[in-house]
Amino acid sequence: MIKRSISLLVVFGFVLIFWKMLTSWLPMTDLQGVAKEYVSREPEELGAINVVTAIVVTYRGLDTLGEVSVLFLAATGVAVLLRRREKKIKTGKTKRPSSEFLQTGAALLTPFVVMFGAYIFINGHLSPGGGFQGGSVIASAMLLLFLTFPGYKFKHTALNWIESISGASYVVVGILGILLAGGFLDNRVLPLGEYGKILSAGAIPVIYIFIGLKVGTELAGILENLKHEH
Amino acid sequence: MTIVLGIGFILMLIGFWGLLTRRNMIKMVLSIAIAETGLQLIMIAIGFIKGRTAPILDSEVLKLEGVLKVVDPVPQALVLTAIVIGVAVNALMLTFIIRLYQQKKSLDISDYRAMKW
Repeated sequence: MIKRSISLLVVFGFVLIFWKMLTSWLPMTDLQGVAKEYVSREPEELGAINVVTAIVVTYRGLDTLGEVSVLFLAATGVAVLLRRREKKIKTGKTKRPSSEFLQTGAALLTPFVVMFGAYIFINGHLSPGGGFQGGSVIASAMLLLFLTFPGYKFKHTALNWIESISGASYVVVGILGILLAGGFLDNRVLPLGEYGKILSAGAIPVIYIFIGLKVGTELAGILENLKHEH
Repeated sequence: MTIVLGIGFILMLIGFWGLLTRRNMIKMVLSIAIAETGLQLIMIAIGFIKGRTAPILDSEVLKLEGVLKVVDPVPQALVLTAIVIGVAVNALMLTFIIRLYQQKKSLDISDYRAMKW
C-alpha cells in the first residue's frame, strides 16, 4: 500500500510539472534560428525536396551515423543474448501449419511489400519517407513471412554481407565527403542534378539506400532471433 | 495543437504510472513504449506552426518562401531518430526478459533481487 501511494505521489509530481508546461506553453509562430537557416538555404545548398531528409542525412548526418550504430549495437546484443543452442531447439508438439489463405496471401504480398519499402527509401529525398521507414517496411514483410511459415530460415551469409557492405559504404561515402566536398557526410560529392528529379540531391539517395538496406536487414535479424526462442 | 500536447503528456503519465506499479516485466516494457509515444507526440506538437504545411518544398512558391510556409523540420528529424532508437531499445529489453525468464521461469520483477539495494 505504501509503495502504491509513493508511486501515486511521483506521478502526481509529474502531473504538476506537465500542467505547468502545458499552461505556460506558447505555440511557435515563426521559424527561428537554425530551422530558418535550414529551410531557406536547403534548396540551393543540397537540392533535396524533403527538408527533413536533408537534415537527417546531411546537416545532422553524424547523428544519423550514431543512430545506425546504436541500432547495430542493439541488434548485436539481441543476437548475442539469444544465441541458439542447437540441442534445445527441439520442441515436443508439432505446430499446426498456417491456413491456405494466409499462405497464398503472404506469398502474393511479400514481394510487393519489399518493393514498396525499396520505393520509400529510394524516394526519401523527394517525398515523405526515407531509409528508416523503408527498412521498417521491408522488415514487416519478413514478419509476415515468419508468421506464415514458422520454419522459414534466412540465408544468413547473404543478410550479413548486405548489412556489413551497406554499413561500410555509408561510412565510405561520408569520408568521400571530406576528400571531395565540404566535410564528413557532405552530399555534394555527386552533382546536385535537377531539383525534383530522382537522380538529384547529390549523395542523399545513395546514403538513404544504404541506410534502408542496413535497417531492413538488421530489423529482420532481430525478428528472427526473437522468433527462434521457445 | 494544445490538444496533441495534452494527449502526449497524458500518454507519458500513463507510461510512468505503469512503470511504477506493474510487476510484470513485459508490462513495464510496454509502459516505456507508451511513454515514448507520448514524448514523440510532444516533440512533434512543439514544432508545429498553425496554418502551415509539411516541410517538403515541392513547388516553386514553397521553394522561394518556404520559411513563411512550412512547420519546423528539426523536431521531426529528431523524432525520426527517437522512434528508431526506441524500437532498438525495446527489442533489447524484451531480449533481457527472455533470458531472465529462461533462468528463473518468472516474469515478476520482485523475483529478481540480485540488483536490489
